[in-house]
Amino acid sequence: MRYFARKVAFFLATLWAVVTLNFLIPRLQPGDPAEIMVKRLAGKDSQLDPAQVQAMRAMLGTPDGSLWSQYTGYLGELAHGNFGLSYTYYPFPVTEVIGQAIWWTVVLVVVTQVLSFAVGTVLGAYAAWRRNTRFDSVVTLGSTFLGTLQPFWIALLLIYLLGYTLGWFPTSGGYEAATPGFNGPFIQEAVSHSFLPALALLVVTPIGWVLGMRNTMIMNLGEDYIRLARAKGLPDRRIALGYAARNALLPSVTGFALALGGVLGGAILVETAFDYPGLGRLMGEAVENKDYPLLQTLMLLTTAGVLLANLVADLMYGVLDPRARRAQS
Amino acid sequence: MTTTPVTDPQGVGEPQLAPEETVEVRRPDPWYRVVWSSSKARVGLVIVAVYVLVAIFAPLIAPHDPTNSDFVPLAGPSAENWLGTTTNGQDIASQLIHGTRISLLVGLFGGLLATAIALVIGMVSGYAEGTLLDDALTFLTNVALVIPVLPLIITLVAYSDTRGVPLIVAVIAITSWAGAARAKRAQIITLRNRDFVTASKFAGDRTLRIVFAEIMPNMTSLVAAGFVGAATGAIGAEAGLAILGLGDSGSVSWGTMLYQANAQGAIAQGLWIWVFVPGLVLGILITAMTFVNFGVDLLSNPHLRED
Repeated sequence: MRYFARKVAFFLATLWAVVTLNFLIPRLQPGDPAEIMVKRLAGKDSQLDPAQVQAMRAMLGTPDGSLWSQYTGYLGELAHGNFGLSYTYYPFPVTEVIGQAIWWTVVLVVVTQVLSFAVGTVLGAYAAWRRNTRFDSVVTLGSTFLGTLQPFWIALLLIYLLGYTLGWFPTSGGYEAATPGFNGPFIQEAVSHSFLPALALLVVTPIGWVLGMRNTMIMNLGEDYIRLARAKGLPDRRIALGYAARNALLPSVTGFALALGGVLGGAILVETAFDYPGLGRLMGEAVENKDYPLLQTLMLLTTAGVLLANLVADLMYGVLDPRARRAQS
Repeated sequence: MTTTPVTDPQGVGEPQLAPEETVEVRRPDPWYRVVWSSSKARVGLVIVAVYVLVAIFAPLIAPHDPTNSDFVPLAGPSAENWLGTTTNGQDIASQLIHGTRISLLVGLFGGLLATAIALVIGMVSGYAEGTLLDDALTFLTNVALVIPVLPLIITLVAYSDTRGVPLIVAVIAITSWAGAARAKRAQIITLRNRDFVTASKFAGDRTLRIVFAEIMPNMTSLVAAGFVGAATGAIGAEAGLAILGLGDSGSVSWGTMLYQANAQGAIAQGLWIWVFVPGLVLGILITAMTFVNFGVDLLSNPHLRED
């Protein structure tokens, strides 16, 4: 039980750290942050909507309060789910803007993460089983090379090859004419628009799974229980899948959540390339328009999501592996 | 072939076999020979060396000024413009050559800074294992490890007015040290109870001296591997930032080339070279650095050595 309590405590402490960081980032520069930002926006496109100043104030608080009172005020606003107004999509609250984009990214990230886990783990396990063969080196070197490529670049190449040249897939946006919702035409359009972004992520992400699975499995294949299984005359297939691979899979459970951060980073870049209507594109827009309330909420939300995924993975790991529950750290 | 057994003079380790001609006692291989013994590392080192030379001599190699926009826009490859020109009439080949500088600079300094942070936090935390200080630093490390890097970097850089290379280096370094710090902490915990550390303690050395002058030299290979890894990550992160339009506005990098190409609709106009080359040279550099680390890993883990 202490294991689970400690993991939950770590999650809460990390969440607090991220919220505080989010509060501090705009205040790192000297002076009144709202004032500075208003000036910067005014300098950028001369006419400044007073409502934007209002939105800025709502996010950053009034300058006269102490840092502490600003902080407690900020925490209070967050607790009430008040993240301010977006000024790219003024006067819509940030939460509403994000609410429309979030599912696009969640589906994209989760689907590619699961597929890349499956592909990477199977390839890694098979490479370990056929260690030092041609298959092993092709898989290891191939996934290393692909994993070093920039996802945005892969995305542009896919757009060029499969989109413009061959015309197999739509290359931008999330859907065409269908009304968003749970209906056949919309789902069909959404899937065909998501295919290339998912493929771009799938090229670069399996590397971690391949190498991780391969190394753990090679280590496991040297263990005594494998020798016993061989001595008993169990079929190779059973030893590979039921014994070695099954145990090698365990560390990947925690890796699954940690890798989510990387996939998210890749998704931000890939979405920008495809103009895919998810959180990544929103983040790009927020940066371009200096929409700080939107940007900060996106940062907070994506980080909280990854932290939550980590918590779930840690708790699952505790259930799956009794040794983790007993370990000290 | 006949071989003569030669015994290790200090009596440590197994008797070793030396080829007939060499009668001298075999010493442990120097580090450069170990790294060079890996064929992957050899390939990686040669490629990285080429990139370094290109970066140093960029103004001599590049046929034109990368920001000069006097050329005919949208031109294909020619003797004048090796890889064609952009929609603004800039020479793509010259941009590519000059872009090497930004990537290597960010890699070098981002790698150094991240390694320095990881060293200090990892070493202090590991040496103080079990104390409150260790708990605090370990917590900090774990937090930094789980926070997704790109959204945080984007937010930090988006707030800054001046987006020069120093800012990018600093932001990348302070968000990417955690994994290496954890590895160093684990390593120092195995080292800190060795006899030479105890001896140093009894000799009255200060803690800082023990940690950084006595223990750290034994971790050189781990530090080196950490540096190469951090530099690789920094190069990738710089490209990501530049692609989103958050790069150093005053200079040309591969990431800003991709950003421009995408913003100007290069794909729709069939200008695939403009998109293809920056990503390719970036991928080759990062692969080469990953290969170098295969060689550096041989230093810290003799079991991996190929001979």
